[in-house]
Amino acid sequence: MDNKKYKEIVDRNTPKENYIKNAVIAFLVGGTLGSMSELLLRGYSMWLNLPRKESGVLVILTLITIASVLTAVGVFDILVTKVKAALIIPITGFAHSITSAALEYKNEGLVLGIGSNIFKLAGTVILYGVVSVYIFGLIRLLIGG
Amino acid sequence: MTIKYNNVFIEDAYTICGNYENDGPLAKYFDKKYEKDLYFGEKSWEQAEVHLLKEANTNILNKNKLKEGDIDLLISGDLQNQIAASNYMARNFNIPFLGIYEACSTSGEGLAIGSTYIEGGFAKRVLISTSSHNMVAEKQFRNPTEYGTPKPKTSTFTSTGAVSILLSNKKSKIKIESSTTGRVVDMGITNVNHMGAVMAPAAGDVIYNHLKDTKRDITYYDLILTGDLGIYGKNILKDYMITKYNINLGDNYNDCGMMLYDLDKQPVLAGASGPACLPLVVFSYIYKEMLKKKYKKVLIVPTGAVFSPTFTFQKESIPSIANAISLEVI
Repeated sequence: MDNKKYKEIVDRNTPKENYIKNAVIAFLVGGTLGSMSELLLRGYSMWLNLPRKESGVLVILTLITIASVLTAVGVFDILVTKVKAALIIPITGFAHSITSAALEYKNEGLVLGIGSNIFKLAGTVILYGVVSVYIFGLIRLLIGG
Repeated sequence: MTIKYNNVFIEDAYTICGNYENDGPLAKYFDKKYEKDLYFGEKSWEQAEVHLLKEANTNILNKNKLKEGDIDLLISGDLQNQIAASNYMARNFNIPFLGIYEACSTSGEGLAIGSTYIEGGFAKRVLISTSSHNMVAEKQFRNPTEYGTPKPKTSTFTSTGAVSILLSNKKSKIKIESSTTGRVVDMGITNVNHMGAVMAPAAGDVIYNHLKDTKRDITYYDLILTGDLGIYGKNILKDYMITKYNINLGDNYNDCGMMLYDLDKQPVLAGASGPACLPLVVFSYIYKEMLKKKYKKVLIVPTGAVFSPTFTFQKESIPSIANAISLEVI
């Protein structure tokens, strides 16, 4: 039997993933998280009398702190399994990837454990984040002047 | 390659499981159960797995009132890099040691090697152990354990546990009747989240060769058990056996990956996996049912994906292997 014929056997016995359902869940939960962050942003501006940009930083810090604490107490991974990409795509997912890696490698020590592995997952985001910011910044400079 | 054995018997077996297995339907059959967490009093996941293996081997010796000197050979393997759990376990035992690796098919490889040593008269008693640990496997093959990305329906859940099997040339109620060593098979599957599809052809190949070498029909066995193909892998194997060999795996066939957990209630997706999966099912529940003579002839086929994440990242397809071991009640 060749690989192509075997793949047909595999395909007819493999369930389809429900991408639409996952996307709807992620959209609703992620959207709610976004709306709540906007409320929090306005709240910080109002309560602390800050400009929008500075209260934005406070919102990010708040989300990172909450996500990292949830990771540390072992709740975040359970939530991620339920709400799919809704918590992975926002800044909460970024914080979670760093905290979970730090927790995982704490037994190997501060340098060879946490130090070498903390950006295991987040490194990709940082690298390609910086690269795309550079490219899009350049495009904007050339087109927008 | 099939070897027939006349003088190899299972003297005893000892199983230890973690909390997920303890929540499953076979809990009452395990010799020792950990109910709380997966650290077992150790500092790290890796050391926790060593703890399990060490405990399984120590307890089987104590239970049978044997000393280290009574065992001629210790064979062990696991899923950790450099089969570390087995090597770090073995430093505690003053017994000649063979470290082996065939991923989740390790128990089959161990049983075949141990049986051959005994049949050849080179050893009187051989201890074979294998283990896996859910968190160690997650950390090593996937993401940090707390990361928990959503997984597709076809992924399996690595079982936590250790099993120790004592083989002997002294007659007991169950014998190792024969073994067929499998070939490494690769049908071009690259999806690491669909190990059932990766391993099914290896299982099919070894089952076919076993039946051919022994000139037996599939109905010869009361029960045929594959290792850890899971729900979808099991269906793939049945489909593959009919399509390629015209062999019908009927009611006498099941997969250990579907027996270890309660698939409806536990968050294990397609089922259990790991080197401990098949031995946890076979040497607890099936072993006890064989002693009661509910099953007399059982063919166990542990299946393993013998891959390295590095090769997967380099876009190589995943090789797999399976071994067939025939157990018979005397």
